[in-house]
Amino acid sequence: MSEFVYLYRGGERPDSPQQGEQEMQKWVAWLKDLGEKGYIKDRGQPLDRTGKVVRGKQKIITDGPYTESKDIVGGYTLIQAKDLVQAAELSKGCPIFDSGGLVEIRPVMEM
Amino acid sequence: MVAALTRIFGVHNLALAEDVVQDAFCRALETWKLRGIPHNPSAWLLRTAKNRAIDVLRRERHARTFAPELERLFESEWTLVPTVTELFDPSAIKDDELRMMFSCCHPRLPETAQVALVLHISCGFSVSEIASAFLSTDAAMEKRISRAKKVLAASRKLFDLNDNDFIERLCAVQRALYLLFNEGYHGASADSAVRAELCAEAMRLTNLLLENSLASSPATHALAALMHLNAARLPARLDASGNLASLFDQDRSSWDASLMARGHQLLEHSASGSELTEYHIEAAIAWVHASARRAEETNWDQIVSLYGTLMALRPSPVVALNRAIAVAQLEGPERGLEEIRAIKDCDRLATYPFYSAALGELELRSGKHEIARRHFEAALALARNPMERRFLEQRALAASR
Repeated sequence: MSEFVYLYRGGERPDSPQQGEQEMQKWVAWLKDLGEKGYIKDRGQPLDRTGKVVRGKQKIITDGPYTESKDIVGGYTLIQAKDLVQAAELSKGCPIFDSGGLVEIRPVMEM
Repeated sequence: MVAALTRIFGVHNLALAEDVVQDAFCRALETWKLRGIPHNPSAWLLRTAKNRAIDVLRRERHARTFAPELERLFESEWTLVPTVTELFDPSAIKDDELRMMFSCCHPRLPETAQVALVLHISCGFSVSEIASAFLSTDAAMEKRISRAKKVLAASRKLFDLNDNDFIERLCAVQRALYLLFNEGYHGASADSAVRAELCAEAMRLTNLLLENSLASSPATHALAALMHLNAARLPARLDASGNLASLFDQDRSSWDASLMARGHQLLEHSASGSELTEYHIEAAIAWVHASARRAEETNWDQIVSLYGTLMALRPSPVVALNRAIAVAQLEGPERGLEEIRAIKDCDRLATYPFYSAALGELELRSGKHEIARRHFEAALALARNPMERRFLEQRALAASR
């Protein structure tokens, strides 16, 4: 088994509280399923949409990042799977696709 | 939560309070998506709202004014967090919820605006949900609510239950909750004839009144009784296929026994004191219906008499119509039709489908099938949702056989 990070990018805000709740239930169900099958190493965390960016030799601190909302990483999960192909397959159940977002899958470098 | 935050931020910062609550819900969704739903979701939400409130107070204490009586406590770091924590205590929150409800029933607002405000702020309904419940457009409801909020924000703080205007305000609150319950029970919305969640909210808020010694008058008990006794019978209003069932076809075994028992208990408690309100009478009518094991065993004599008393207290064409229907049960359809024709201001019933439907029923029972069918078709044209439409279609069909 190898490890992979799911980076959840973009996805539109729900139109109504009901829709928000429905969406949330789908995520809970999807991750529960993956967890029961042994694919989750760490459920991860949600991330605030903005924070700080520290950059350059002068280590200048600015507010940010102000990337396009479709690219913003809203959260991550650490997965364990056979290989990258399987990791990508497993991500297909993620509800983020229904709201226009995407899942970026990055292998954790092996020793 | 909005109530507690309004207490902290001041009524003039109602919008800020709403933002913080919105924010807490958004955070909840984002967090629970990945971390799962916590054991106690409401405690989680309260904690999040409280922390956000503390952030806001710290960040903005020099830029804005908050609740005047609490300003000094917020200025000092020593007292800021303990004060907010105290204000988020469950019993304090309950009190604030009550005061928020009273604040929403402001005398300068028309009844419909009061109910809309209660639904929006105390029950958390969205503008579109409220618009659909009251057959209004989103835009019109948005305007109504925002105008109402301005009136609310102009008061210096949440209504104080020890105020001189308490009795009037309590009447307004009772009326608003009555209208809210009615909307759920006899709904005119475009989706459904029955909106159980509106009834549930009305009952929840009436229970808040009951838990407060100043507000739990006999009239409040009567109001709670009528809500419980009607809610108990709600499951039977729609049959298994989700269609409206007439009183005589309802499956009484689906009545909720515990709501019924509680309703009866509340009715007993409402009999103390000398006040007789319309809520007492409506609760008594509900009880007469509830006491009959079958529709045929209903004590119509008592119902006619109770409607008579209600007409004396709060006359209205709808009450007169209901009385006429009861008279028909007691003395036959011809008498019922006589009573209906005698209704004052019956033009106010012109858009009420069940006025034509009642005429239809009684003509049908008198053997006048063709006239009955025309009444049902007229009623059908006024139907407000699919359930009413299906019910009235059936009746029209029955009349054409």
